[in-house]
Amino acid sequence: MSLRGDPEAQFHTILQMARAGCIDARDEQVDQFFQHLVNAVVLGGTYALLGIGLTLIFGIMRVVNFTHGELYAFGAYIVYLVGATLGLNFFLGLVVAVIAGVLLGALIEITLLRPMRSADIDTVMLVMIGAWIVMQNTELLIWGGVAKAIVTPFPDAPLVIGPVSISWLRLFVLIVALLLIIGSYVLIHRTKLGKAMRATFQDTDTAALMGVHIKGIHTATFAIGSGLAAAAGALLGPVFLVTPTMGDLASLKAFAIVILGGLGNITGATIGGFILALVEEIGAGYISSGYRDAMGFLIIIVVMLFKPSGLFARAERVG
Amino acid sequence: MKRVLPAFWLVVFFTVPLWLQDQYILHVLITTGIFIIAAMSLNLLLGYTGQLSLGHVAFFGIGAYASALTTLGFDVELGGFRVVHEPWPAIIGFFVGIVIAGMSGYLIGRLSFKVRGAYFVIVTISFAEVTRLVALNWVELTQGPLALTNIPPFTLGFPGLGTYTLWSKTAYYYLVGVVGLVTYLVISRLVGSYIGRAMIALKENESLASSVGIDVTRYLVLAAVVSAAIAGAAGSLYAHYLKIIDPDIFLFIYTVTMVIMVITGGKGTLAGPIVGGIIFGFVPVIVRPFAAPAVQWILYGGLMILIVFVLPQGIVPAVERWLANWTQSKGKLAGVILAGNSKPGAGK
Repeated sequence: MSLRGDPEAQFHTILQMARAGCIDARDEQVDQFFQHLVNAVVLGGTYALLGIGLTLIFGIMRVVNFTHGELYAFGAYIVYLVGATLGLNFFLGLVVAVIAGVLLGALIEITLLRPMRSADIDTVMLVMIGAWIVMQNTELLIWGGVAKAIVTPFPDAPLVIGPVSISWLRLFVLIVALLLIIGSYVLIHRTKLGKAMRATFQDTDTAALMGVHIKGIHTATFAIGSGLAAAAGALLGPVFLVTPTMGDLASLKAFAIVILGGLGNITGATIGGFILALVEEIGAGYISSGYRDAMGFLIIIVVMLFKPSGLFARAERVG
Repeated sequence: MKRVLPAFWLVVFFTVPLWLQDQYILHVLITTGIFIIAAMSLNLLLGYTGQLSLGHVAFFGIGAYASALTTLGFDVELGGFRVVHEPWPAIIGFFVGIVIAGMSGYLIGRLSFKVRGAYFVIVTISFAEVTRLVALNWVELTQGPLALTNIPPFTLGFPGLGTYTLWSKTAYYYLVGVVGLVTYLVISRLVGSYIGRAMIALKENESLASSVGIDVTRYLVLAAVVSAAIAGAAGSLYAHYLKIIDPDIFLFIYTVTMVIMVITGGKGTLAGPIVGGIIFGFVPVIVRPFAAPAVQWILYGGLMILIVFVLPQGIVPAVERWLANWTQSKGKLAGVILAGNSKPGAGK
């Protein structure tokens, strides 16, 4: 199996092979393709949440946030805590997870990032790596290394539409993710806080001169970004399993999405999330499932080498 | 005094296996030594050229796998051709590991140095993760998660004296010590030369450096190649010492370990990675009896944050500054005495 193979080309080859064979095989291939597409859309919604959160933090604060994936894992563990340990409602768990994510994000910003505001980007990065190690191992200490499954109130039988089936849980995940994406748009474009965030992104000094409280904006940005990451984890936790190391790949995938979409570009991050999910699904389906997680990194490498400003960048900006 | 102290440490360093009875401590010393070599190579990039490469473990792992596979032999199908390699002596594997790691350093350096700062960091992480996934999934070559096992130890041939196979920990202690010493000398010569000054210049101000005619990419790639080759040597030592390697060798956490060692000791100083390496090599030994692995890592992370906050330049520069202040205050005293002896007004 070639890692470099163009997924689309391979798909066409498979299609041609199927055509040469029999009609049924072709139908099966097409059905399978639609199933991959549906899976990608569900995954893409949560990836977009991760990406939006990180692109805000990266764009406005210039912080390479290695704790982003840990916030994602944290969100998933809070849902597990509320649902399985405390025996409360699953939906309540989601709400608590997002609020806890926002609070933890604010705490990280105030204790670790605020004193480091004048430090260079590499130094801050080291602090974030330290925080990431501490957070991940605290999760390991509290919940252990064994993967946890989150039980949801949704029925096991999937919703079947024509050739494609989708579980009720995944449908719910997609809807909530889309609502949160829309919410982020409204926040950035329609509120005073969003306006201040955009101003800070464009020019921190000028924004400060215009009376924007930069410290507050940074805390708010980090808290909102962290809340979105926690939401993504809370949503995907029940779909997959919850483990202490689930955040590692999430951080790196979020970077891939941000790079794909362009720094500070929310629309780019949204589209980037869906593209990454699609590439992963197609890659896992038609190349090799072992290389599923390699897709994000290959995207990073290719985009960085050929179009470092991201695919959707007019210029670096928020919005 | 200045000559006696290093000589004393050298004697201690070379006699350790003679008086140290505890095999576990000797094992820790060997693995710490291997990681110090890797950290020294990372320091060349991080400390001297100022590029935070977080994919350094890729070269370490590539060196380990290249060396182990050269020694074990392999039989894979590549693009329709069957590639068979018969086992070679481990010592050749060591050099193959260095060369292949160096070549990967050239390739990855050439590509990654197109971007800087945060983007460079992310691209280097991506390269390391892709390498890990290839090692995990190319089962035909690497055995994937089943790991490469029974990697033979090094055999050294002495003309006229026969051969000597390194079975014992003591032998590996000396081998790692020698490789470490060579690494130290290579790096100190390199950074003291014109090349090293060019590297430091482009760390301080890249556009200024290129304006005076320093070919930025060329020196960065050169640093990456040397750095990767040394990391490959460390990886090879690791593989032949432990005799087993699996794709976990590429885990990001090992890069982080190297970075912590360099930052703690002091990036851009020759002694920094050694000081940092000894500290972080022995922190686990000290806290092991009363702390679970997770707690150890929490301490690691906390220590890293603390050091960045308290000693952002690392331990070695802080000690150097302290020593300089101390000699300076002595010097000032001498200056006062001298000024008193000279004619009034001559100081003006």
